[in-house]
Amino acid sequence: MRHALNVAIGPVSFRVGSAWRSPVAALAGLYRDYPAPADEVCDFTVRLEPEKPWRRWLRPSVAIHGDYMLPDAAPLSLAHGLLAAEMGMNLQMALGQKRFLLLHAATVERGGRAVILTGESGAGKSTLAALLGERGWRLMGDEFALLDCESGMLHPFPRAISLKNGSIEVMRKVAGEGRLGPVLEGTPKGTIRHLKPRPEAIARMTEPARPALILFPRFGADRAMRPVGAAEVFVRLTQASTNYVALASRGFDSLSGLVATCPAMAIDYPDADTAISLVEALFRELPQ
Amino acid sequence: MAGPIYAADGPGAIRAVPLDGLVALFHRPSGMTHIVAPPAPQILEALQEGPADARTLLARIAAVYEIGEGSAEAIEARLAELEEAGLVRRA
Amino acid sequence: MSRLLARILADPSACRGLEAAQWTALVTAARAESLLGSLAFRLEGEPGLPAKVVQILEAARWDSEQARTQALWEAEMARRALAGTGAPVILLKGTAIVAAGLDAGRGRSIGDLDILVPHERLDDVQRSLLEAGWEWVKEDSYDDLYYRRWMHELPPLIHRTRDRMIDVHHTILPPTARPRPDAAALIAASVALESGLRTLSPEDMVVHSAAHLFADGDLAGGLRNLWDIDRMLREFAARDPGFWPRLAERARLHQLRPTVARALRLARALYATPVDPALAGRPRLSDRFFEARLLARNGWGQPTRRALRFAFYLRSHWMRMPPLMLARHLWTKATR
Repeated sequence: MRHALNVAIGPVSFRVGSAWRSPVAALAGLYRDYPAPADEVCDFTVRLEPEKPWRRWLRPSVAIHGDYMLPDAAPLSLAHGLLAAEMGMNLQMALGQKRFLLLHAATVERGGRAVILTGESGAGKSTLAALLGERGWRLMGDEFALLDCESGMLHPFPRAISLKNGSIEVMRKVAGEGRLGPVLEGTPKGTIRHLKPRPEAIARMTEPARPALILFPRFGADRAMRPVGAAEVFVRLTQASTNYVALASRGFDSLSGLVATCPAMAIDYPDADTAISLVEALFRELPQ
Repeated sequence: MAGPIYAADGPGAIRAVPLDGLVALFHRPSGMTHIVAPPAPQILEALQEGPADARTLLARIAAVYEIGEGSAEAIEARLAELEEAGLVRRA
Repeated sequence: MSRLLARILADPSACRGLEAAQWTALVTAARAESLLGSLAFRLEGEPGLPAKVVQILEAARWDSEQARTQALWEAEMARRALAGTGAPVILLKGTAIVAAGLDAGRGRSIGDLDILVPHERLDDVQRSLLEAGWEWVKEDSYDDLYYRRWMHELPPLIHRTRDRMIDVHHTILPPTARPRPDAAALIAASVALESGLRTLSPEDMVVHSAAHLFADGDLAGGLRNLWDIDRMLREFAARDPGFWPRLAERARLHQLRPTVARALRLARALYATPVDPALAGRPRLSDRFFEARLLARNGWGQPTRRALRFAFYLRSHWMRMPPLMLARHLWTKATR
């Protein structure tokens, strides 16, 4: 592969190869401040390749290949090459991660204890986590929570956060233009820009935390909260995990352990400030 | 009329974790996880004494637990589900 | 990179001194060839591995354990579904290898469940599987006719809740292919497992593996298939010196002697497998093309040698069907 870059995010490293220069250059820009895995062996390999040889130059079409692939995935245009790289890395995690139990959740940490924010895609977890990250919480991740099956600790995966449409302006005001990646227009989900986590979150990306609270956030309703029963939490977390089945008894033991020890609440909120105050209040009420 | 006789795997085959009224089961031979409600966990427990049909299982369970109306039907229905899931088999 | 992969599988100590970038490439090539699990078991306990490599290989071993559990479970569920038919159910390929506890099964990646049943029991088997929750994968009637007339298996079935596929074979090569293995003899020589399921006899397992590698495909996944053969030959020959003459006899019976001979030569070339020289025969010029095709993978996991691959792709179709039939089949598919 003509162009290549190694990227480490938390405990996972990726070798990203590309037939074109621009996706790798964009990725390098976004992950410039991350500790480089320089001399290390990489966990996964991503390849951005033309679907057919002539698509390298003619209406360049970026197919997402690598160690793990989806057979019928549609290729992306070269303008969205950075997205292709991100999707490639996500795919390796979703299909190939077998060491950590993956939960589809955002995680924030304070004082060594982590709050897991889990729920459907598009429910605004990423933006909520990003905002918490600007309000004194350490952002551990916005998409994947990594549960260590042996220790029960959560490991950070603080990738650059994919912000869509309205959220971009919200975060630009709070975090500043300097922490945003290039503008990607015309994607199937609208306009996208990536937000780099705060320098401290990046610097502490190898520091795990003990899970303390599980939240199911729901945007768009009046302020409310209710406890969620353990069985419901267990089922919802397995549904939100891409590798639960593959992890067999390790997955079962670590997930049932998490559910048994961590209180869980569903929270509803009409706006971000209310959400943040709910998270703060519930965290404060946790036994020390 | 005696129904089919069912058997379950031995004691080491299942890891069970109670989760607020339900039970999460990890079934080692299949690598699969199931969430089950009573009387399913009781049926699996009762089958540890040996293969049995629905009527015998009802008696075994009744010896230990309070059972209510419709228990016989519930046990037959759960047995069919447990068989489909592979947690019990025809002996 | 595939050549290095094969060398390390054959001799784990060959990995000493590899640099980080080479390890990354080796892992990627192994994944592309479905050999990471096998590599992980071969390198278990090997001293001096980088910490990250130890992590990757450990996770690969866990993963293959779960794959093994799921494959054996699928076999067990098929056994339960088919118990009433009284038909002999013979496991094939990956599931058979792990069910028999063979060395080749350590770290083996396993795909669908493949079973062999007598041709005359196909209807009973089909009916029992459908009753027990399996469904047809494709609804298309042309494919159905094609399958039933020309292929060596039922159209694919998938279980409705477990989402796993089962391929029911009545012989091991398409009836239209030139070598005509003796299905009845395969079944007659099959070996019972404790569960009541069966596997082919050791010699027939090797013959089938060679047939599958060379006579029923374009050699995709061939490096793994050949690794199976290496492991089986070593294990079976060590058990019993009578293995080699029996293997020669079965290969001859199933009209697959040249295929088995080629498998032996290639295993020896790539994995240094000790083979019976009489059965292996003299090297052929074409061996080099097969070897190149098997190794056509680089350290990025990309397939290489495009023209060679295409040649083998054509060969696989030609071997399955006489040319006229192939033309008609491709025409029908193209004009649908």
